[in-house]
Amino acid sequence: MCGIAGLFIKQRSLEPRLGELLTKMTSTLCGRGPDSAGFAIYGAGGQRKTKLTIAGPSASYDIGAAAERLKREAAPKATVSVRYSHAVITLNDEELPKVEAWLEANLPEVNIVSAGRRLEIFKEVGYPDDVAKNFGIAEMSGTHGITHTRMATESAVTTDGAHPFSTGTDQCLVHNGSLSNHASLRRMLQRDGIKIKTENDSEVAAGYLTRQMRDGQSLGEALKSGLNDLDGFFTFVVGTESGFGVIRDPIACKPAVMAETGDYVAFASEYKSLTGLPGIASAKVWEPKPATPYFWERN
Amino acid sequence: MPNIDLAKTPVRELNAALHRLTPTTNETLWTVTNPGGEHSIAVGVDADVTINIHGNAGYFCGGMNKNATIVVEGSAGQGVGENMMSGLIHVKGDASQSAGATGRGGRLIVEGNASARCGISMKGIDIVVKGDIGHLSAFMGQNGRLVVFGEAGEALGDSLYEARLYVRGPVASLGADCVEKEMREEHKAELIELLKSCGEAFKIDVSEFKRYGSARKLYNFNIDNAGAY
Repeated sequence: MCGIAGLFIKQRSLEPRLGELLTKMTSTLCGRGPDSAGFAIYGAGGQRKTKLTIAGPSASYDIGAAAERLKREAAPKATVSVRYSHAVITLNDEELPKVEAWLEANLPEVNIVSAGRRLEIFKEVGYPDDVAKNFGIAEMSGTHGITHTRMATESAVTTDGAHPFSTGTDQCLVHNGSLSNHASLRRMLQRDGIKIKTENDSEVAAGYLTRQMRDGQSLGEALKSGLNDLDGFFTFVVGTESGFGVIRDPIACKPAVMAETGDYVAFASEYKSLTGLPGIASAKVWEPKPATPYFWERN
Repeated sequence: MPNIDLAKTPVRELNAALHRLTPTTNETLWTVTNPGGEHSIAVGVDADVTINIHGNAGYFCGGMNKNATIVVEGSAGQGVGENMMSGLIHVKGDASQSAGATGRGGRLIVEGNASARCGISMKGIDIVVKGDIGHLSAFMGQNGRLVVFGEAGEALGDSLYEARLYVRGPVASLGADCVEKEMREEHKAELIELLKSCGEAFKIDVSEFKRYGSARKLYNFNIDNAGAY
């Protein structure tokens, strides 16, 4: 099962409502994935600043204390903002390698969930409505965001195993489906310098797209290449700093519905998730075709 | 004339009320408002009543329908009219995947497009789609008719048995054992009847349609394999 949703805002006046709308969309997908949930939000970003979202192995871990220690010992000028089980550390770009090395050496149990100019990812084990509430997603604003409700198949129900996955700067991916060639592809990507941290198949798909884009492909081209290289069932929604893309496997095994108005582009596993969006009654609603990349870029 | 607002009443209550209807009921016109993409609306109805759904329906709308006329004034999610036995389901918008899947009888009309696997394993249902259909439609179709005014996606009629397919637009590809067949007078007459039943007779020239059916070459059609069963 699993449920996915995404919202890409075109009309700036809607940006303060991104979190609220994503929370509503995700709420209708609880039944499709009751074991964990996650949210990727592209919010405000500063020049030459990197946002590092970190989390411990589970929600009971004291991430606030870990973040304060990191600030004290490795990045005194950083700002720290704690949201439930995650902390967002805003650093100067040049401090990032040092902070990553410090984390690995001093707090190996802490996972870097995402890094980027604008991307923040919040994901946790639990019923999606509760996860959204605990993180306060509804109050967040931004330009685009993607969310996931998980019914686990290929790896354990843990914070790390929840979606979205981020394997590159400001990049993230959510997945409905399962991949069969993830083990061999993971080894290949790791040899190729892509960091993959979990046994999860979807993280491999995220890493694959990261490599393709690192090697010069656009988001649309990377999605298209995935059709040849990824074996299995998938509907992916991916985010980059400026873009939002969707692709389904050639069989179109997993459901997908999209809506577009002058104000936004929205994606969901079921139409039900779109019903809370403004102007949905007059939106253009369609099913993305199999094996066809769809993507939107911000100007 | 019951009016059920699904913003206030759970689908389960609506369906229970529809299941209680007897053949002689006077409550023959039902209106359903605020369907909001809920799943399983008006599933398993067995009464000669009309149910108008004002908005978009989720999965399996009108599944297993017997006798009822169900009109969706919007689009329908996966498996609309799946396994329907008789009656009519009329979708005014688009239909998602597996529309009319395994349908044994009755008629499903889609004014817009239907996506993948339309009429998969159909067993006697008539399906008319006024737009396009997606890939793998009529897969293993055993009986009934599928009429498409627009285009068909890849692998139309794969492993087809005796369902008859009429498509007016281009077909991306035919599935295994599905072939184009001659459109004889009897088929044109059959098509005119089907168009009449959905209000389109004589608006479209039936000779614009091509007929597709089973070449009957797969394993199960070979008499030498009969002993295996």
